[in-house]
Amino acid sequence: MLHIKNTLAAVAVAAVVCAGVSLAADDKPAGGDSVTRRLSQDQYRQVIGDLFGPSIKVGGRFEPDIRRDGLLAMGASQVAVTASGLEEYDKIARNVAAQVVSEQHRDTLIPCKPVKASGPDDACATQFLSETGKMLYRRPLTPDELQSRVKVANDAAVGLKDFYSGLGISLSTMLVSPKFLFREEIAEPDPNNAGQYRMDAYSKASQLSFFLWNAAPDPELLAAAEHGDLGTDKGLARQVDRMIASPRLQSGVRAFFTDMLGFDEFETLAKDEMIFPKFNSRVAREAQEQTLRTITNLLVTEKGDYRDIFTTRKTFLSPLLASVYGVPFVAPAGGWSAYDFAEGDPRAGIISQVSFVALHSHPGRSSPTLRGKAVREVLLCQKVPTPPANVNFTLVQDTKNPQYKTARARLGAHATNATCAGCHKIMDPIGLGLEAFDSGGSLRSSENGQVIDTSGELDGMKFSDAAGLAKAVHDDPAAPACVVSRASSYGLGRLPVKGETEWVKALQKDFQDDGYRLPDLLRRIATSQEFYRVAPPQLGAVDMPASKLAQSSTVGASSTQENQQ
Amino acid sequence: MIPMHRVNRRNVLRGMMGGAAVTVGLPFLDCFLDTNGTALADGQALPVVFGTWFWGLGLNPGRWEPNAPGKIDKLGVELQPLVAFKDKMNVFSGMKAFLDGKPNGVHFSGVQGMLTGTVPRGMIADKPSVDTLIADVIGTRTRFRSLEVACAGNPQHSQSRRNGAVVNPAEISPAALYTRVFGPEFTDPNAADFKPDPAVLVRRSALSAVADDRQSFEKTLGAADRARLDEYFTSLRGLEQQLDLQMEKPAPLAACSVPGKVDETPIGTEIEIVKNNHRLFAGLLAHALACGQTQVVNVAFADATSSLRRAGGTQTHHEFSHEEPVDAVLGYQPTLAWFFNEIMGSLAFFLTSMDGIKEGDKTLLDRMTIMTATDLGYAKLHGLENMPMMTFGSGGGRLKTGLHIAAQGEPTSRVGLTLQQAMGVPVSSWGTDSMQTSKTITEIMA
Repeated sequence: MLHIKNTLAAVAVAAVVCAGVSLAADDKPAGGDSVTRRLSQDQYRQVIGDLFGPSIKVGGRFEPDIRRDGLLAMGASQVAVTASGLEEYDKIARNVAAQVVSEQHRDTLIPCKPVKASGPDDACATQFLSETGKMLYRRPLTPDELQSRVKVANDAAVGLKDFYSGLGISLSTMLVSPKFLFREEIAEPDPNNAGQYRMDAYSKASQLSFFLWNAAPDPELLAAAEHGDLGTDKGLARQVDRMIASPRLQSGVRAFFTDMLGFDEFETLAKDEMIFPKFNSRVAREAQEQTLRTITNLLVTEKGDYRDIFTTRKTFLSPLLASVYGVPFVAPAGGWSAYDFAEGDPRAGIISQVSFVALHSHPGRSSPTLRGKAVREVLLCQKVPTPPANVNFTLVQDTKNPQYKTARARLGAHATNATCAGCHKIMDPIGLGLEAFDSGGSLRSSENGQVIDTSGELDGMKFSDAAGLAKAVHDDPAAPACVVSRASSYGLGRLPVKGETEWVKALQKDFQDDGYRLPDLLRRIATSQEFYRVAPPQLGAVDMPASKLAQSSTVGASSTQENQQ
Repeated sequence: MIPMHRVNRRNVLRGMMGGAAVTVGLPFLDCFLDTNGTALADGQALPVVFGTWFWGLGLNPGRWEPNAPGKIDKLGVELQPLVAFKDKMNVFSGMKAFLDGKPNGVHFSGVQGMLTGTVPRGMIADKPSVDTLIADVIGTRTRFRSLEVACAGNPQHSQSRRNGAVVNPAEISPAALYTRVFGPEFTDPNAADFKPDPAVLVRRSALSAVADDRQSFEKTLGAADRARLDEYFTSLRGLEQQLDLQMEKPAPLAACSVPGKVDETPIGTEIEIVKNNHRLFAGLLAHALACGQTQVVNVAFADATSSLRRAGGTQTHHEFSHEEPVDAVLGYQPTLAWFFNEIMGSLAFFLTSMDGIKEGDKTLLDRMTIMTATDLGYAKLHGLENMPMMTFGSGGGRLKTGLHIAAQGEPTSRVGLTLQQAMGVPVSSWGTDSMQTSKTITEIMA
């Protein structure tokens, strides 16, 4: 009998592990498996900028990031480095290193001078590589690691008869090392919770820093890790408060919303130049900037209500964007300036901005379906089913058909197809509210000579125009719940496991109680024990099925636009 | 580069590191190639080359298939742009992707079945594509294990993957490809002098420190992360190999010539822009292959959701596939057919570029096998039946050509298995579920 019991227990444990859920010995939730995240392009650039200053240029093509479960931050836990990707990392690294040790920069970026520039200098190489390595690896180098890199510098200095060239070679090997390119989470037993594991102090510092600043830990945070401060609630809170009060929080918030809003897709967004002559890559860049300025001003500078990003008429414009919006605007010295759209103007909140309506459109025309899908998936965290195959759209989407002059008319006929109607009715009525904006983001009142009707509905909330849709999203409890969910997954680099979902629910309740203030939400996440809790390492090492290993990007982004008009 | 007559690297480097760089003068051509340029001097045939050429949306059924099985007599109208190659190609009709009850990931399931032998359960793949399996066998002694290009502006259009998240990103700029292959790190195999760069040895030596990082790093990782780290270190070995090859005098290649520099070009989805970049890519890849820089190339003409469009048009190729009415007289979607004609025309240009490289009495195309891939059978219904498949080139005589294989609902993975075996991959069975097959297409095996 005992034998059977043990067998059943073993089966149960195996089942739990296979399901990706880890339980500690006392059955308390133990956090998910440690994740190892590849630095994003922006994070790479930020680290180099923080360490060496803005005069060191980072040029080259980075390996594409991939999006998983709504975020690139979660894809970062699944991507590897391909052969051509490493080739590029190597080029970038050598280029950065060459600049750092160049005659122009060496006196300011290298804290010592060799006794003789034509050969190795152990002491100076050790000092530079130790200090630089700590910032790149986000922890002090082990003696072996340091010795290995000093040896590289010395050997290369002998071979090339130049101390600085040798140092540059060694620096470049740090920049291509997986210890720099990947953020590793090291687990240690949690002394406060028997049987549970947490990140070690340096992993915790990185978790915090990339979450709040999208950057590697600064020297003060590394010092706090070194002194054990991050292991106490008080010490952790002190660092979190410092980081939230820092102007660098803006960078972190921008990075989060850049990811959540899918702005990476702008890199390959194309509009037909003949139909939308005003739309170009500069408009695309500035449209993203407008939205990020709107969001950070409201949420960070003014500490406003998150839901107001959907309704605020306060924004920022550049002269170029003003011409796209068709508003009179005189910017000081041709730069950016605050701009308030008047009450009654169709532009209200980020959904009506160019960055949203242009990104979620076809190259040659708007798409109520894509826009409605984006509202649900990006802003409300709701999943729209993938479209079926074997559907004939011919009748209803012929733009030359005189019976169907507007998208509303075409989609109305479309919805008579039972196969399609089920999903389209949860997307199209939302997107139709944005039909006053064309694919390039400009305002319009008619399509093919027919006045556009912008009325629609979001889950029973009817509206007559974009401002009404904005209000409906603002009032939808799914919107603030979504940003909490995204923010926690963004920080964790994975979806919450069982047990952590309760933590996320509590965060959602707290967010509401705090008046939907983003900095308060970030603080709550960053000071939570759950944010640093990980599964015991031996469970993390259980073999996984191939399907749980690194997954593919959806080639051609077909899932987002297929069959959706 | 194809290493052949190895200079003793250690000796060269010893001389180099001890003083001035050594210039290694070697006689050209007459001692290294056989008299007709079709083989290396030691009698080894020029190496085989594999390639894939992908486009989205398949072709119109009934309009592309040859008129009869067996020796190709007459190609279908949508393959007419390829008529000049009918003796150097094989056409496979009646091939399909089996879903086995899995949902049809539209534009995804079909191409995964064709290139990885597996239809994934969702929109996430987890198997390597056939080109990477072949590259692991034939591409290990070249500067680049493979080269990927995407002509419609997105590096993620690449269909070449080592597993799910390790998709070999494609070059989208011909100018960037030029610099990557023929920039300062290119060694002309036909140059009279060979002077190894001392900095290369130093870099090569330094990279061993990165390889040593593995031990301390992977101790803490779970299985999934260890697999990702394995990929990283496979890539690192590739980088080390590139440096090793730069230290060796490459074997001269009579057909190798360095192309003219390529300037930056507009990049996008408008079809004339796509065609122009494809033309430039085709030329560069032909030169790269002739110069022994790689033995595997992968071309994505466009994405699976073919976002090609005409200047000023509101609809993309994909949108036309759904929306354009079937012409009552013609019996097909005319605009869609127009796009297919443009695409097949571009494929013909690619083949012409390869066939234009003369290697003795044969051509580069003759030692290649190019496999086409697409995502659908009939675009209008987005179906996975009768998916068009073709191969070009005999792979150095390993395949018969000029044949139309008319299958009756056979899995597309049979072509992938056959080509792997022809390229020397030791595999007897390939694929998953109903896509699993151990039946090669014996009719085309030489």
